[in-house]
This record gives sequence, C-alpha cells and structure tokens, in this order.
Amino acid sequence: MDRLRRTMMFVPGNNPGMMQDAFIYGPDSIMLDLEDSVTLAEKDTARLLVYNALRTVDYGNIEMVVRINPLSTPYGHKDVEAVVKAGVDVVRMPKTETADEVREVETAIEKVETELGCVGRTKIMAAVESALGVVNAYAIATASKRMMGIALGAEDYCANLKTQRTPEGTELLLARQTIVVAARAAGIDCIDTVFSNLNDMDAFRREVETIKKLGFDGKSIINPRQIEIVNEVFTPSQKDIDKAVAIVGALHEAARRGSGVIALNGKMIDKPVVIRAQHTIDLAIAAGVLKKEDLS
Amino acid sequence: MKGYEERQKLIGRIADSFHKGVYHGGERKITVPRKESQATSEKVVSLEEAIRRCGLRDGMTISFHHHFRSGDKVLNLVMDKIAEMGFKDIRIAASSLNDVHTPLINHIRNGVVTHISTSGMRGELAKAVSHGLMDNPVVFRSHGARGSAVANGDLHIDVAFLGASSCDPMGNACGYSRSPNAKSICGSLGYALPDARYADKTVILTDDLVDYPNTPTSISEHDVDYVVVVDSVGDSSKIASGAIRDTKNPRDILLAKTACKVIVNSGYFRNGFSIQTGSGGASLAVVKYLRQSMIEQNVKASFALGGITSHMVKLHKEGLIDHLIDVQSFDRVAAESLRDDPKHKEVSANEYASPDEPGAATKFLDIVILSALEVDTNFNVNVLVGSDGIIRGAIGGHPDTAADSALSIVVCPLLRGRIPCIVDEVTTLITPGPTVDVVVTEYGVAVNPRRPDLAERLAAAGLRIVTLESLLERALHVIGTPAPLPFGDKVVGVVMNRNGEVMDVIRNIL
Repeated sequence: MDRLRRTMMFVPGNNPGMMQDAFIYGPDSIMLDLEDSVTLAEKDTARLLVYNALRTVDYGNIEMVVRINPLSTPYGHKDVEAVVKAGVDVVRMPKTETADEVREVETAIEKVETELGCVGRTKIMAAVESALGVVNAYAIATASKRMMGIALGAEDYCANLKTQRTPEGTELLLARQTIVVAARAAGIDCIDTVFSNLNDMDAFRREVETIKKLGFDGKSIINPRQIEIVNEVFTPSQKDIDKAVAIVGALHEAARRGSGVIALNGKMIDKPVVIRAQHTIDLAIAAGVLKKEDLS
Repeated sequence: MKGYEERQKLIGRIADSFHKGVYHGGERKITVPRKESQATSEKVVSLEEAIRRCGLRDGMTISFHHHFRSGDKVLNLVMDKIAEMGFKDIRIAASSLNDVHTPLINHIRNGVVTHISTSGMRGELAKAVSHGLMDNPVVFRSHGARGSAVANGDLHIDVAFLGASSCDPMGNACGYSRSPNAKSICGSLGYALPDARYADKTVILTDDLVDYPNTPTSISEHDVDYVVVVDSVGDSSKIASGAIRDTKNPRDILLAKTACKVIVNSGYFRNGFSIQTGSGGASLAVVKYLRQSMIEQNVKASFALGGITSHMVKLHKEGLIDHLIDVQSFDRVAAESLRDDPKHKEVSANEYASPDEPGAATKFLDIVILSALEVDTNFNVNVLVGSDGIIRGAIGGHPDTAADSALSIVVCPLLRGRIPCIVDEVTTLITPGPTVDVVVTEYGVAVNPRRPDLAERLAAAGLRIVTLESLLERALHVIGTPAPLPFGDKVVGVVMNRNGEVMDVIRNIL
C-alpha cells in the first residue's frame, strides 16, 4: 500500500468555490470531475478551471485525481492533455470496459508526458460501470503498470444489469467482490461506489461497514459530511491496534535477534498476519489514534 | 368627649408638621365584582386612544423590541396608525430592525420618521438607508450599550410600544401565555424591559388579554400605562428565521468542530464554566459538538447566556448546563422552556450586558462564540456592514460579550463565495480587536498576540495556528484583491461604542 485511500471526494469541475477549498475537510483523495457532473456546454470551461485549480491551489498531501471524459468523446484527449500538464496525480477513466481502453489512455498520457519530459509520473485508475467491465475487471486492473486502483460505478452498472440499487446492495455483491478480487490479484487498490442519500447517515455507515468487510480500501464520497463516518469505520479498534503494535514489535525483535521466526507470546506468527498488522498501524496513524513516536 | 377633641388637636398639629392633610372620612367602597372591574380597566384602550393619551407629539422618540424577529407585527401596525393620525418627525428607538420593517421606507419618505436608532438592520430598509435614504444618520448600538443609554438618558424614550404574548388588564405582560387562547410566543422580553422601565409612557400591545393576575410576570403593571388588544403581535413561526438556522453546510460543520476543539483545549473548559453562542450557523453548531465533549469529559456548565436556542435547552434538560440566562429566545423551544422552567431565567438587556451594571451577566461569562462578516488583521470585527457596503446585520451583543468574556472566539470562513472575510481593514468597526482572542477559520486558527498563553495551549492540542496576515494572503491568492467600495460623502450610520462614544461612521454606498 503506497498510501491511504479511505475517502475519494467527488468535486464538480465546474464549481470553483468547491474546488478551491475541498482539501480543508481532509479527504485522502480529491476527484475533480470533468465527466458526468459537467454539462456539454461547460466542458471547456470546467477543463480550464480544473487545470488552474491543480496549478494554483495548495492541496497539501492529498492525492489529486481527475475524472476525464472517455477518449471516444471530443473532450477526452483535451482533458488528458490539460490535467497531465497541470501535474495531476491520477487520471480516472469513466465507464471502462476493456484493457484496450486503459492502454489508449496510457498512450495519450505518455504522449503528453514525453513532451513535458516526465514519463511515468501520472497514474491511472479505472471505474468499472457495466457488466462487461466487471467481467473484464482483472484484465483492466493489469492493463498498465500505471494502474493504481479500480473503482465501481454502481448507477450505470445497475442500469446495465436491468436492476435497481437497494439499501442491502444485493445487486452489487458480485461486482463488488469481483473488483476486490481483481484489485488484490493485480496488487492495486479498490474503491467502492458513491452513496447519494445524504439524509440517511446510518444507512451510509452500514454500507461503509459492508464494503470494508468485503475488502475495499475506501469509498467514493460526494459530501464532506461523509468523511468522518468512513474514517470512523476504517479506524481500527484500540484492541486491534495494541495487537498490531505487539506483532510488529515481535517482528523487529526477531530481526534484532537475526531470527527468521516471529513469535509472540509463544505463538508463531505468519507473514500475512504481519502484513495485516502493518496495515492496521497505517490506518491508526492516519486516523490520528496512534502516533509514530509510540512505535519505537 | 374632651379626650376626643384633644386627640383631634394633636392630629392637626402632627399633620401640620408632616405637611399633610387630616383624615375626614368619606372613603369609597368598591362593590363591583372582580371580573367587571377588570373589564372596565381604564388601562385597556384602542391603539389610537393609547397614542393620544400618552401625549405623543411630533419630534418624540418611540421604542419597539424585536423579540418576534422576522415575525414582528407591532412596529408596522403602530407606525401605520401614527402616520394615519398625522404625526411627523417621529424618532424610532428599536432594539433591532429586520426585513419585515420595509414599510418604514415610506414613513421615512413621507417625513413621519426622521431618526432611527437600532442594533441592526436587514433587507430593503437597510439597502435604502445604505444608499442614503435618510437625512439623519441611523445610530447603531449594541444591546448592552442601548440598555445603558436608555437607563442613563442618552437615549430617552417618550413612549414605548411593546408587543407581548399575554397581558392582563392591569398591564402585567409576558412573552408567552398560559391561557388556552394563546396566539403567539416569543419567550424572553429582555430588550423590552429597559424600555418599559425607563420610558415616560409604556403601551403594551397583546393578542391575548388574560385574566388578572398574569403571573409570573415579565413587565410589571407598575411600568405600564395602557394595554391595547390587537389581532396578532407576531408570527411565532418566524422567530427562528433571520440569522438563526441549523446548518448542514460542511464548511460550517468544520468551523464548529474546530471551534469546539479550541474551547475544550483553551483552559477555560472546566466544571462550572459559562458560555454564550451567537446566532450564526457555525456558532450554533458548536453547541452540538461541545455537548459531546462535555459528556465525554464529564464537564458541566453553570450557565448558558444570551440568545437561548433549543440546542442549549437540550443541554440544560440533560443536566449539562445548570441555568439558562435568557435575554432573547431564539426559537419556540427556548421560549417554552422560559415559560415552564424556573432555572431558565429572563434578564433585561441591562442585566445581560450593560457596561454600567456591575452584575451584568456578561461579566461572569467565560467563553463566547461569535460570528463575523469581516475580521481584519488587527482582530477588529465587523458584523454590521457587508463587504458590498450595504448594511446587512446587527451588532447584537457582539462587542459586549467580546469585551466581558474571559475567552472570545470569532468563527468565520476565509471566503464566502468570492468575498473574503479576512480583510486588511474592516468596512465598519464594531468589535475592537483587543477584545477578540481567537479567530477560527477553515484554514486554521489565529490567536491574538495578546494571548500567547492561549496560542501555546491550542498549538499543543494539535490545532493549526496561523496568522491573520497569512490567511489574508491566501484569500487574495485565490480571489485577487477586491476593488475598493464606492462610498459617497454622506454619513448614513453612526456606530456608538459601549461607553457612549462615537466609534465609527457608515457612509452611503453609491
């Protein structure tokens, strides 16, 4: 895991007020949108605004993502050029269905990066929003070494499946699990779809708990009020933190003794347990419930 | 008989030395039943009769309170009657004015109203005044300053017209009613109390004339000359309008959470502390988050002061706040709590915040949360005039509580749309910088250099401490430097400070 991606906050690319201070709420990633939240008449102004926001606003350590229009539209290539020039961290592809589409975006990015002399700087993430995309999830996830993550877009997916979203999310189960498995197999992150009912924070919390259990790294969010809930759900309990700290401590102890066998309280500890413990510690530090100094 | 005559002589001598008359009998015995004598109370008259009997003349000062906020019906009703009766050159001393008072524009144009003093102004009237509607500047005072000026004669009131939700025929009046005919409720009559006490004549307007005695009483019959029954004194559903709102705005929530963190780590958050919050969305939301901290850390407050809201009532009912001290009820829940709960105490503007009252509640206030339209790099605050030069707010108790509290926290966003709230110099000075301790923005917390102790504690708690200069720079980086406002040369408003000194002037905007 190169960084935490618990929350990816969607911000419309045609709203300068929201773009200018989206970072004050402390999401892990911000996704400026040029696609569905921008009308055709505003595609060019939004691109200009996003370009200038990326160049001007100090977003600190937050990962900056821009959702571009598909390359098959008249806007896609211009979007790639603008955001790569502006130094975006990640280009997010909408409605991705095949590995070829990822490679096309990669080619477009590389062309701009070559002009700038910074080949390899820009990462890609793909949103899967159709049955075909779900079927091809692993191929998409492994289509480029720039791939940092794969996400589910549930609204289009449900329309494509000829079903509707329900509070339980039964209709999304296969897609969610396929995406998690594909991401893990490819060694990249996976991020769940948005939850749009801002008046039902309890249902939102339940959904976040579900997707955490399924193995997602984080959730796409549409309002800063959702950040706290996601962070709470993804913050490990004190019991888990204590255990993780002890495990990592045992690892260091074993290394100090030059032993390949890690043991805690007389029990052998497997490598996956250590990896999970390290992940727990990363989450705890990000949530502010554990300080790096306490780990020594 | 001799003894009787001698006693009479003695009575006469003593009466002379007392400069009094001698009793000769002939007393009246009242035989009218209570109900009938109430029905024929000489105090209960029509509005026109009340105006006449009070001896209103051209050039006199009349007063109103604003406890019904945007739902107020009294001021317009009385002014229409006064205009109809042909009066001119009337001076209005309102505790505050808002968007329902637009009809005053015509009364000003027609010469019925020539002077206004108030705490604030909003809507069309404020816009017209800002553009130079009046020949004489509007005089703005804080609630504490107004209470003081009414008491010491700086602001002499000839006739007070005060709306009340219940009143008996003798003049005992309240901001609520216990009768089954109750039509309205505004809760505390705090801003009406000094007027009733110090005005030469006081008229109560009520929409619920109740049986004597209307008790407990806010305004005593002792201070009331006439009682006028009207259809409606105010629309209670509009009390919670204007500045009072419950926020879902994520920025306000972030500001509120940060302000709460400032309070908890300020050193003033301990058992028995006292607190007041202003009426902005963010400062009201602070209460919600503070409640959580109070429960978690088992800290209880002795009293909450000021405009009391349903949020505060909730904390009081949960046992987190011992007393509520209420100069103005901000919503119906607060008004009903004042009616029903003996620990919810009504205070006058003077008992609340007068600089002349050694026992004013603000002097025992630990923490106050305030909002702002603008804060400048010297911590000066403006809550009255917008960055467009238009009057759009009210001073309220801002300078009173900032000066008297142990810790004053101003909460405001760096930018409202394209308007910066942190500025080089405030458009109008309302609350002087030396009385402001902390400014909370979404980009960080600025601490007055006078309070290095505070800065140290807040930084230790992990809060991002910034300077106002750096915030200003950030604002200008995003929105550019705003063009200067096109002010004219006419003075349309005068801001008086708490001691009755002229602190600033507001010029007409072109």
